[in-house]
Amino acid sequence: MLKKLRIALATVMMTLVTLLLLDFTGMLHRWLGWVAKIQFLPALLALNVVVVIVLVTLTLLFGRIYCSVICPLGILQDLIAFRPRKKNRYAYSPAKKWLRYSVLAIFVVALIIGVNSLVALLAPYSSYGRIVQNMFQPIAIWINNLCSNIADHYGSYAFHPHEVWMRSLPTFIIAVATFAVIAVLAWRGGRTYCNTICPVGTLLGFFSRISLFRVQFDADKCRQCGKCEHNCKASAIDFKAMDIDLSRCVVCGNCVEQCNFDALHYKMVSTRKVQPAVSAPDNTASGTPADTSRRSFLVGAAIATASIAMAQDKKKVDGGLADVEDKLIPERQTPITPPGSRSAANMRTRCTGCQLCVSKCPNGVLRPSTGLLTLMQPTMSYERGYCRPECHTCSEVCPTGAIQPISLPQKSSTQIGHAVWIKKNCLPVANGTPCGNCARHCPAGAITMVPLDAADNTSPMVPAVNEARCIGCGACENLCPARPFSAIYVEGHEVHKEI
Amino acid sequence: MKKINRRDFLKIFGGAAIGATALAACTDDKERTTAAIVEPPKDKMTMRVNPKTGDKVSLLGYGMMRLPVKEGGSMREHPDGTIDQEMINRQVDYAIDHGVNYFDTSPAYCQGLSETATGIALHRHPRDKYFIATKLSNFSPATWGFDASKEMFGNSLKLLQVDYVDYLLLHGAGMPSQDAEGKPLSGMEAFQLRYMDNGLLDWLVEQHDKGLIRNLGFSYHGDVEVFDTLLRWHDEGKYHWDFVQIELNYLDWNYANEINPRNTDAVYLYNELSKRNIPSVIMEPLLGGRLANVPDPIVAKMKSRRPEDNVATWAFRFAGTPEKVLTVLSGMTYMEHLKDNIRTYSPLEPVTKEENDFLMEIAKDIYDLKTIPCNECNYCMPCPYGIDIPSIFSHYNKMIKEGLLPHNKQSEEYRKQRRAFLVGMDRSVPRLRQANHCIGCGHCVTHCPQRINIPKELHTIDVFTENLKRNGQVEEMAL
Repeated sequence: MLKKLRIALATVMMTLVTLLLLDFTGMLHRWLGWVAKIQFLPALLALNVVVVIVLVTLTLLFGRIYCSVICPLGILQDLIAFRPRKKNRYAYSPAKKWLRYSVLAIFVVALIIGVNSLVALLAPYSSYGRIVQNMFQPIAIWINNLCSNIADHYGSYAFHPHEVWMRSLPTFIIAVATFAVIAVLAWRGGRTYCNTICPVGTLLGFFSRISLFRVQFDADKCRQCGKCEHNCKASAIDFKAMDIDLSRCVVCGNCVEQCNFDALHYKMVSTRKVQPAVSAPDNTASGTPADTSRRSFLVGAAIATASIAMAQDKKKVDGGLADVEDKLIPERQTPITPPGSRSAANMRTRCTGCQLCVSKCPNGVLRPSTGLLTLMQPTMSYERGYCRPECHTCSEVCPTGAIQPISLPQKSSTQIGHAVWIKKNCLPVANGTPCGNCARHCPAGAITMVPLDAADNTSPMVPAVNEARCIGCGACENLCPARPFSAIYVEGHEVHKEI
Repeated sequence: MKKINRRDFLKIFGGAAIGATALAACTDDKERTTAAIVEPPKDKMTMRVNPKTGDKVSLLGYGMMRLPVKEGGSMREHPDGTIDQEMINRQVDYAIDHGVNYFDTSPAYCQGLSETATGIALHRHPRDKYFIATKLSNFSPATWGFDASKEMFGNSLKLLQVDYVDYLLLHGAGMPSQDAEGKPLSGMEAFQLRYMDNGLLDWLVEQHDKGLIRNLGFSYHGDVEVFDTLLRWHDEGKYHWDFVQIELNYLDWNYANEINPRNTDAVYLYNELSKRNIPSVIMEPLLGGRLANVPDPIVAKMKSRRPEDNVATWAFRFAGTPEKVLTVLSGMTYMEHLKDNIRTYSPLEPVTKEENDFLMEIAKDIYDLKTIPCNECNYCMPCPYGIDIPSIFSHYNKMIKEGLLPHNKQSEEYRKQRRAFLVGMDRSVPRLRQANHCIGCGHCVTHCPQRINIPKELHTIDVFTENLKRNGQVEEMAL
């Protein structure tokens, strides 16, 4: 019963979280956004007191059910470890306290002093988010694009084609490596990751140790067959001692179901103690160190996009497309963070790099940062699109409060950066071609075209930016014809301003 | 052939509008036909006579600008495609076998590959079985010089594998252009620079007298001043035009000028030539396919008049009806188009007075749609900034024709239409080639034979798209 309930809940939760992370259409988060917001670490960082209290209370009452039915990374491990024909493959091992507590300590210190890349690396929900965004969303988009082609054939507009592109190589590598480590650990030892590395697991372990409901041995009925121990994926049961390490038990219910003698029960704590017997520690499932050297040799091939190479021949008059050089990221002194993030500091200290916002950005603006201290946290750039005035999706989905909800009118008056003109790159200056595409598209009306030489009205018209009105949306940068570097680009602001 | 078909049809259906029940009731098996479309006849092609040379020219002329490529379709769909010579040979053989004898090419067509392909295909036939038309297509100021132009003509003879050209045209007389420094030139200025100042026209007249060019003419696009001037020269005896190539179809007959004030109605052009007994060669009988792809209500209207004819047949019959039309060019990529057109002209069933009125009514219907008059000839391409101009116009026009262009945010259809417009645009044009990247440099303007103000239209579409993007319902914003 306990196991069935657990599986049912976990299935629902896993499906919802995965759908939320996979969705690139911008439609699902209105209904599913809450599943990210009830994750422990995001709630903690968002100072979402209600959720944190509920989760802690749940753990105090029922043990670490959070790890079994809410945390997607935990459920992922159960999925990988699910090998119905290979029973009795686990054995008890004592908790690796030294490792667990050191990781937790490092995690807390990192959180406090703001080394957020480390926090992001260890946060379980965020790890799952990265895995889905980097490894599975491209597949979903490819399927969508295939459907789009088919739909196009039948004159239907049900599917909108999307581009698959690599947002950041380091983050991709981290996602693949995390998945590999999790997969190997789970395949070999069940919940090894949760019980040795995951800081949330360790933290909740403190509470589950004293939980009200727990799995308990009935010493009268137990025949010491050891079946419970051999099917405990947390390696938390020592059947000889009739002892269960409650700090590691994730209340999966497997032992209760496996016991042929009705000797295990999930029930309210009783005062009756079972006499512990001395047991020989049996160490089968030890954590292998993370294989971070795993190379992403598939990367290039998978995400490479065909570029159009077509020489522009003077004599060709009927047809062909000119090659459009890809834009390159300008060297910004200050990175740009999305509207709603309020400041670089708020982003840095709260974001756990789950990639939910990145996976949702419909304009190809957000991508994980590669900066050491902000690794995997979103940053903005405008080579593929710009932060469009009708969109505030990232602020709606962020579970940690790194990007806080911001209304569209608020967004249109929030300055996240300002445009800077590079005279040398500007087309009218470089070759006299009249342009003004930046001014024509500025949603804030912050750009005016003025003669290059104030004394000469016939001199080329060039953009003049009113920095006070510019909100840093990047329309000018994105639509500037100068390539690979735009003649106008956005310099971020450390702290966002209302204008 | 059409008549015979119709007669069969009438016989089977008892000469009245009888529905499916009547068909079911018809039990006389002998009276049934197995198919409605039959092989076109080989010897029924309507021929027109060139008054000067006595050439008997087939009313259907083969335009070699949309040659098939191996990737499917023509270079319009696959700019980097490989010419499918085998298919071209088959189609040219079929055409000649069915009486087609006029082949129109240019050094500019198919990115410069058309003359070679045409030469290969035609060389396999006796020289007296076909007439070749080619052009002096110097669109780029780099080839405007006397020597470069001479070389272009010599090159045409070489690639076409012939000693003489039957019909030679000054390509695109009347098109505005830019000089080598990029300074805009009016149609007249461009004509002066390209053909007059360098003495090229006089040299061509010499070649004409020598017999290397059997007929000398020009193809006309755009500035009517150039057309009038060239005909005045003809009247004055300064130059003699053996033929002139004009754009003629039932839409341009009366509406060319209404659609774009810079263009001239075909009725004027044809009448001016007819007065002087100059044969007209017709281009764009289908407006680059636009008249074969009209909105459903218009298709229904045309079908109800002649149920067995497709809409393209109407356009070809119209273009072939005026008697001083020498030949009607069609750029046939597919065998079925070739067969359809041969059928239409084997022999031509001229458009009657009532049918002519009917087509003028259809023209008004099409004009009222206010589509952008782009027929995707791709002359504007490549845009130096990578904009896919024809695809953008094509999508916009498609939305108009399908009645999907969203106008009123309050209407019930708005959401569906908005999605269709935005999704369709992203499907047909990559984002970095869409209208918002047009900076308005004007490079394309002088290349457009329809004389569309391309940057203006692109900016209009850009503003339209931008408004659509901003005015969605919440859950559909992220399109």
